[in-house]
Amino acid sequence: MTATTDLPLRRPSVLRARGVGTTLVLALLALALLGGLIVPGDPYAQSLTKALAGPEATAPLGYDHLGRSVFHRLIHALRLSPLIALAAVAMAGATGLILGTLAAARGGWVERALVILTDALLALPGLLLVLIVLAMVPGTALGFWVGLTLVLWIEFFRLARAATRETLASPAVQASQLLGFGPVYIFRTHIWPEIAPMMLTAAAFGTATAIMSIAALGFVHTGMRAPTPELGLMMVELLPYWREAPLALLSPVIATFALLLGLTLLAGSRET
Amino acid sequence: MNVLVSRLVQAVMVAVLIGTATFVMMRSLPGDAAWRIAAGRYGYDRVDAASADAVRAELGLDGPTLPALVQWLGDLARFDFGTSLVTGQPVIKEIVHQLGATVSLALAALLLSLLIGPPLGILAGLRPGGALDRALLVASTGLKAAPQFLIALVLIVLVAVQLRWLPAAGHGEPRHFILPALTLALGLSAVNARIARDAMARIADMPYWRFAQWKGLSERQTLLRHGLRGVSVPLVTYLGLQFVTLVEGVIIVESIFGWPGIGHALVHAIFSRDVPMVQGTALMLGLGFVLINAAIDLAVNRLDPRTAS
Repeated sequence: MTATTDLPLRRPSVLRARGVGTTLVLALLALALLGGLIVPGDPYAQSLTKALAGPEATAPLGYDHLGRSVFHRLIHALRLSPLIALAAVAMAGATGLILGTLAAARGGWVERALVILTDALLALPGLLLVLIVLAMVPGTALGFWVGLTLVLWIEFFRLARAATRETLASPAVQASQLLGFGPVYIFRTHIWPEIAPMMLTAAAFGTATAIMSIAALGFVHTGMRAPTPELGLMMVELLPYWREAPLALLSPVIATFALLLGLTLLAGSRET
Repeated sequence: MNVLVSRLVQAVMVAVLIGTATFVMMRSLPGDAAWRIAAGRYGYDRVDAASADAVRAELGLDGPTLPALVQWLGDLARFDFGTSLVTGQPVIKEIVHQLGATVSLALAALLLSLLIGPPLGILAGLRPGGALDRALLVASTGLKAAPQFLIALVLIVLVAVQLRWLPAAGHGEPRHFILPALTLALGLSAVNARIARDAMARIADMPYWRFAQWKGLSERQTLLRHGLRGVSVPLVTYLGLQFVTLVEGVIIVESIFGWPGIGHALVHAIFSRDVPMVQGTALMLGLGFVLINAAIDLAVNRLDPRTAS
């Protein structure tokens, strides 16, 4: 949801940035998926005698204020937010793609109505929309999914509509139409190859936006509820104990930053 | 003129969207809204079925849906936002109060970001590929990836907790401005430094720039007479986009630093299911956003008349 601009970089540095981004994201995903196998443990199990204790073999990142293993809470949090984010991006991408190509192909009142709707939604700050949906939908994870989908589909819609309109006007498509090929064929061979790379970039940005929103709202106590391990919630819970257990606070902070940086670099530059 | 009409349509759509959403929210609150509101008013220990029923009757929380929606939107069209369910004060009165705090914070942040970002960007753009340019690229990439609450957290831990230079929260004295404004400004300047840098690098490559230098103007004069206006056009355009960041940032940053503005009020209203307050604050943020974008459109037309056509 932040304004992102494209940086005119030379090719090798774009590739290097992408490489760093991919490495960061893959490393964190590996940690989230395999961490529990290497060091088994329960993110909810408390042992109050160990509250704020330092790292040990069964809890590599120490314990939080309620004596729960920070490491295991972190890997659970690293599964939760990306999962919700990916679900929202997938839903938003599908909706935006279908409605965007439909709007460009049909034109007329369908297109006008959809454009007016997206213009109105664009005038609302995304976080505000997510907050409103969260207040209406029962269940926080479901609310995030619905709210983030509602925010993210606009970008996909606009990309798909612009690209489809441009492609449909091209001589290649006219030739296909004259040869009698149907809309499915035209979409598969002409439109999709145009849209696909843009959609991937938008998906990486969308995932970063979604993870950021979930963490930000968790941090101000309006997102996920305790005791769910969630990145923003972990930070705000551990903030008062910064002096006693700096490592416990730093681990979600660093993990969140690394994840978001990785996704931003992965997305690379974007035309705005 | 066309621009203004489309922005007006956008504003009306925003109002209808928020009005309908808050109406649905009122109707479908998880849990018993009347209980929650009564608890907000009288305190959690003193709420009982009788007070909840009184609230329900007073606010008309049950009854047919459609006439209620029409009435709800009608109130909205007459700028009647109702009264806060929690404090009992008229919403409009509370919002006007909070708007001052939010606008002053946003302006401080914007000013700070313009002091940090564009000067660095212009210096970097004059020497593309230099040390400053590369350092700025790394710093702005990192800052752009960092969400505002993370910047706020780092600033609180470093400046307020470790160094004890500034208060972590509060409102009223000038020094309370520094941390929240800096949090917002860092995110904004990461973007506008890049924009200024790219614009400057492009302009410094233009024939008219070289001509200005060739006819004997010093670097300073060239920049003042031929550079700044060109740099300012993309900056002003991006100001519009930056307001997205700013409006969203205000919601988060105000809540973190306890700043008594619109964003803080919105988060609290959602927390206590104070629907008229949610509607008022959300509407204020949405309409403010449209208004700012309209102003940006006009300003860009003024600075660069080529876009007007």
